Amino acid sequence: MKPRTADKIATAIIVTFALLIVAILVGLLGYILIRGMSHISWDFLTSAPQKIRAGGGVGPQLFNSLFLLVLTLIITIPLGLGAGIFMAEYARPGRLTNFIRLVVEVLSSFPSIIVGLFGLLLIVNTFNLGFSLISGALALTFFNLPLMVRITEQAFRTVPKQQKEAGFALGLSKWKIVTSVLLPVALPTIITGTILSAGRVFGEAAALMFTAGMSSPRLDFSNWNPLSPSSPLNPFRPAETLAVHIWKVNSEGLAPDALQIAAGASAVLVLTVLIFNLAARYFGRFIYRKLTASKRMN
Amino acid sequence: MRVKPKKSRFEKHHIENFIGRAYMSFCVLLLIVIIVSMVYFVASKGIANFVSGEVKVSDFLFGTKWSPEADTPSYGAFPFIAGSFLVTLLAALIASPLSICAALFMTEIVPGWGKKLLQPVIELLSGIPSVVYGFVGLSVIVPFLRNTLPGQGIGVAAGALVLSVMILPTITSVAADALASLPQNLKESSFALGATRWQTISRVILPTTFPAIMTGVVLGMARAFGEALAVQMVIGNAPFVPRSLFESASTLTSVITLGMGNTTMGSPQNNALWSMALVLMLMTFVFVLLVRMLERRNKI
Amino acid sequence: MQFRKSWIMALALTSVVALSACGNGGNNAATNNGGNAAATNTQNSSGAELSGSILASGSTALQPLVEQAAEKFMDANAGVDIQVQGGGSGTGLTQVAEKQVDIGNSDVFAEEKLKDADAEKAAALVDHQVAVVAIAAVSNPDAGVDTLTKQQLVDIFTGKIKNWSEVGGADQAIQIINRPASSGTRATFESFALGTKTDDLPGSIQEDSSGTVKKIIGETPGAIGYLALSYLDDSVKTLSYDGVEPSVDNVISGKYPVWAYEHMYTNGEPNETVKAFLDFMMTDEVQTGDVVELGYIPASQMQVSRDVAGTVTTK
Repeated sequence: MKPRTADKIATAIIVTFALLIVAILVGLLGYILIRGMSHISWDFLTSAPQKIRAGGGVGPQLFNSLFLLVLTLIITIPLGLGAGIFMAEYARPGRLTNFIRLVVEVLSSFPSIIVGLFGLLLIVNTFNLGFSLISGALALTFFNLPLMVRITEQAFRTVPKQQKEAGFALGLSKWKIVTSVLLPVALPTIITGTILSAGRVFGEAAALMFTAGMSSPRLDFSNWNPLSPSSPLNPFRPAETLAVHIWKVNSEGLAPDALQIAAGASAVLVLTVLIFNLAARYFGRFIYRKLTASKRMN
Repeated sequence: MRVKPKKSRFEKHHIENFIGRAYMSFCVLLLIVIIVSMVYFVASKGIANFVSGEVKVSDFLFGTKWSPEADTPSYGAFPFIAGSFLVTLLAALIASPLSICAALFMTEIVPGWGKKLLQPVIELLSGIPSVVYGFVGLSVIVPFLRNTLPGQGIGVAAGALVLSVMILPTITSVAADALASLPQNLKESSFALGATRWQTISRVILPTTFPAIMTGVVLGMARAFGEALAVQMVIGNAPFVPRSLFESASTLTSVITLGMGNTTMGSPQNNALWSMALVLMLMTFVFVLLVRMLERRNKI
Repeated sequence: MQFRKSWIMALALTSVVALSACGNGGNNAATNNGGNAAATNTQNSSGAELSGSILASGSTALQPLVEQAAEKFMDANAGVDIQVQGGGSGTGLTQVAEKQVDIGNSDVFAEEKLKDADAEKAAALVDHQVAVVAIAAVSNPDAGVDTLTKQQLVDIFTGKIKNWSEVGGADQAIQIINRPASSGTRATFESFALGTKTDDLPGSIQEDSSGTVKKIIGETPGAIGYLALSYLDDSVKTLSYDGVEPSVDNVISGKYPVWAYEHMYTNGEPNETVKAFLDFMMTDEVQTGDVVELGYIPASQMQVSRDVAGTVTTK
């Protein structure tokens, strides 16, 4: 075969395969959204699920997902920032650093089901926190933390060296340089990364089945006292998230419209992840502009 | 004039420095504590059956009969280990060529809009939750396989297909990064010698970036190996080594999700599930080590 | 400009800290009280106002019923908070045995799960049978069979019969949709329909959840499986067992043998609040209302009873 013909064939194959991936995504999204959109309404998003009658919604599940995400981020962000900054700015190359890096890598590649089982064993049973939001948030922390560390470390590494050196030249302390010079520059990347990882947390189910539970007690949305058991804000109540709900409705659903509910909830889930993606882009740019007074944006 | 050293130690920025450092060390320590306790807890549960003599390690790893409720129970996990490897390898075989082509498309064929088109696609694909993949797999892939191929639709092939879509983004993004970081002059000298684009890709680009691309493939396999819900929904869960690709089989993860809630903590069957979790965990270590080895080769 | 920068920084970081402070403020104690609902509660014969929290976990099959009854009970007793969690029968039994929950819901007798070394744990548990679930063999509608004998079912599930034509149906290969070995539904079906434990067959499909089983049987030509009565509908064909139709009446009278109790276990005798709730589960309001509505069979109406060993006695 002539090299030119081979080149043409190869290019055609590459282009076809690349377009195939685009087609898979479009097909997937199209399927999920078209099947699900017709079922989404304000009522679907706010009302509680029905056990055996048609017309149930996913209100509490949607709230649980969002609240769990917030709880997880509250725990993860400070810890992830701390460890990430340590890895980027303080850790000296050596055995220990190498070991920590290995730890982060292993932790981030653990299957979520392992994280869930560990959560069941340690948090739910040993610490006796039961199936609760806080158990779920801790389990999600275990697998979001390494991601956060990596995001922070990479963000700090992309800050130009000169900025740090300029800080040292001014006689600033290391802490001051980290918080006032490096962090503002790294923050947009960190925020973008955090929001993207939030999408992953939002859709997680396997780790939560064993920790946050598969039931949602009756919630009283007028009761905002976090100590009250029926309050949506109580972190010690069991909570079924949207992703777990899809799993449950798909398998155990008794309602006659279980399939539509699963489709609708899937669409809501995918839409939320889409929003996270867009928000990540927009927010990163916005903060970058605000914090650096930079006109140019890449 | 010299300031007394004793006083300067307590100046504000020293204290700040100290607190900052202490906090960060705490965070890192916590990471280590988490992973150590994870390994400890899963391992202590996972070896319980072997320690108590209930099950022999060799019977567990190589036994092909899983009948935990029988009068003389046997806990052979080989079908599940084999199932996990089978779907993982199949998924990697399907996804790798697609992903590498997509990466080439983004970096070599049309670097401009190719990247603009595929980058968001990849990010979105990786953002879709696994239960949604399972749902779509059950309502699209399974009926499709049932109508076009032998078998019941549910089975190894369906599991591998669902997984392959799930690991596409992982492989593609790592491969694209690897291709983009290739020095420009390598390509240019190849073109200068009169090579066509395909010759450049197949003889220069792919061989040099091979270890890095393999890193992506291994990372994708690690994800496929550990994926639970999506696979469980479409694979059929029969505790046997499948005789064909269209037959129902199980993976380690699918057996764990099915059995964990139905068994009581501490029973031999439950402990056998923890042993499988331990196998999953050990495989994670293997995958991470593989990635590290490949990265080291990449550096040279 | 400097001010604005630090302001945004502060907002981005301190909000996190502030939120974490309130996040940690919660605690598990049931403090919400003060309703005088006891007066309107006809079930609570003692008249004293009940308070406290009840935690139940376990069987996902029983969960909807307990949840629904719990909501009614909480409506009547404002001082009581009941949380019902899933997790599976094994989880429920483990947790009630470890006293992590007040009530462990189970599809099977505790003695069947807590065996050998755990046998004394099972002995400490007190059984409360609140409902009955009957299980019917079902097939894909195209299989063309209405009834199967016990022997035919055994032969199908042990792989001796491989085609529907051998039992008088269409010429179609039989596809078994089974449950995992640990499933309570499978245990019930094997004990009372087949009368023997069966080995898994290569190529059989195993799903734990009734919804999935129904979906697969409805879609797959030649499929056979078994479902609780509450899941039956037109997408699958319900098969009679030895000529007896799996109906609620036949179960209650003891003609149809494939059924099992839904258990709510307590560790030792329950405290006052838990006991009141368990009593409430057995009232006519729940037994003829929610139990029937959710597709279970009222335990209170059963004309026969059965013990752990499977011996059936007429009441």
